[in-house]
Amino acid sequence: MNKRLLLLAAPLWILVAGIVGAPPARSEFLVQITRGQDTAIPIAIVPFAVPPGASTFDVAGLIAHDLDGSGRFKSMDRKDMIGEPHAGAEIAFDDWRRLNSDYILVGRLARPAPNAYDIVYELYNVLTRQRLLGYQVHTDSAGLRLASHQIADMVYQSITGIRGAFATHIAYVSVLGHVPHRTYQLVVADADGANPHVVMQSSQPLMSPAWSPHGRRIAYVSFEDHLPSIYVQVLKTGARRRVSATAGVNQAPAWSPDGRRLAVTLSDRSGNLDIYILDLATGGLTRVTHDPGIDTEAQWSKDGRSLYFTSDRDGGPQIFEKSLDAGGRPRRLTFEGSYNARPRLSPDESRLALVTREHGDYRIATLDLKHDGGMQVLTKGRFDVSPSFAPNGAEIIYATRSAGRGVLALVSTDGRVQQTLMSTVGEVQEPAWGPFQGND
Amino acid sequence: MNRSMTKVILLAGAMMLAACHGKSAVKEQPTAGAAVPANETSGPANGSGTTMNPLPGGAAGSVSALAEAANNAPIDTRTIYFDFDKSDIKPQYDDVIAAHAKTLSANPTLKIKLEGNTDERGTREYNIGLGERRAQAVRRALMLQGVADSQITTVSYGSERPAVEGDTEAAWSKNRRVDMVYLP
Repeated sequence: MNKRLLLLAAPLWILVAGIVGAPPARSEFLVQITRGQDTAIPIAIVPFAVPPGASTFDVAGLIAHDLDGSGRFKSMDRKDMIGEPHAGAEIAFDDWRRLNSDYILVGRLARPAPNAYDIVYELYNVLTRQRLLGYQVHTDSAGLRLASHQIADMVYQSITGIRGAFATHIAYVSVLGHVPHRTYQLVVADADGANPHVVMQSSQPLMSPAWSPHGRRIAYVSFEDHLPSIYVQVLKTGARRRVSATAGVNQAPAWSPDGRRLAVTLSDRSGNLDIYILDLATGGLTRVTHDPGIDTEAQWSKDGRSLYFTSDRDGGPQIFEKSLDAGGRPRRLTFEGSYNARPRLSPDESRLALVTREHGDYRIATLDLKHDGGMQVLTKGRFDVSPSFAPNGAEIIYATRSAGRGVLALVSTDGRVQQTLMSTVGEVQEPAWGPFQGND
Repeated sequence: MNRSMTKVILLAGAMMLAACHGKSAVKEQPTAGAAVPANETSGPANGSGTTMNPLPGGAAGSVSALAEAANNAPIDTRTIYFDFDKSDIKPQYDDVIAAHAKTLSANPTLKIKLEGNTDERGTREYNIGLGERRAQAVRRALMLQGVADSQITTVSYGSERPAVEGDTEAAWSKNRRVDMVYLP
């Protein structure tokens, strides 16, 4: 078992405050890799050269942390390094080859102005001595963390062929205090848990954060009026709008791929939950399901033409799919076990992540949509819920419990690598992984 | 001896909380319901121990005074507990439902909010559905005994507002509940 502990100290800043004056979220995550991959690729990430008086931010350290956390890489311990090259010409390839390093990343920071940084980095294949990457990144001291994640993304993609997702964001709900005096916070943080910002805070429950397709807005459920309502909040400005507050249940918002509509769960006077589509511009509602059972937890297909959702119309909760074009009855997708709920679609639409119950324990599983490969249970916890795919599909973040507290965890989509993100404060729940940035 | 004293103190604390909240604004009401865990006499673990406490019925007085009196009634009559994954009301609560139905039908201006809750297991949004089902079960039971639809509102908190924290069946059994809250 590959077990390591890394402490990420998160600087405190508040990007946006909701209607309630929000104190900073003090959230530090301990990353604990509980299950590793034996086939991790060895890579040397040499500390970057830093000019005198510059920021002491450890760019190479964060890149190594990102790559190690993915489970696909194993970075060399700095104690084992046999030199500190900062450019390709300084690399003694034969020596690094003897240390069994397949790749080596070197780099250096320059400070052309008091608060400006140029990071030059190069990635080499140690065996072939071929340069795989060579770039210069311009940023400022506040941007060093993001730049480090972006370099990790480039390295990850260059070697694995899969787009890196280190420079993305997650949203989650943090619960502070104890019953009956709890505080609920909606938090947006870097994908590694650093830089947490409280975007909404309430003494009443907050639920179900959902990122808009381009990551500029978040929809969520708030009980701030002692009844559930759905809000849409613009992250940059903090401006928010109540988009659904019908009598009864207003839950489970899910964005359409075009960002113009939300699938939502509403109830009638008798308490029957069904799925509707809410047009955000007009407020118009279109009913999607018509069944006396609980229909909820909708998720759109990428073409916007069908919904996946949870329904207990056949008894216990199971996953169904309904076409929005053609009429007809929803198609049931899960048949193994008595409890399968909350589907989330992988970015390539090859599978659904869901919550399944096994012998009374709730676990994260994937359902193969393409080859009828059935279900694969990925986790071994007792309370594993709220799965959310990384935008590159390589990992799933989910909520679990550890030592009586709600924490976040990651599992690779193939189930081979698992990590726990231990927050040092509060209960953490309902993670939602945001989309890639800057692609809109 | 020690244990029962603790219970008395907890119960007194819970009643003070309830009294406090009875006088405060509507939005603080649900917290009184959350004080339920202090009571250990009527949870599902000890179903036969339910005590019957008559609620104020038919007496003249302002709605808010009635609501306050109802909220200050012994708290074990304001929460109904459910079995895992179930929303049917167990027979042991027949008298509780009857007492509330009698009070509400005798006082048509009185309003009650039924807050449905589940334990923490399972998915959060599906739990909202289960909590709503429980609240609706109590609503239907009250209406069957003559309470007007207009007197009842329901809300489901799913697993978002546990009465008791903890990953044990003892805690979960206190969280699978409908809290009945009289509105001033």
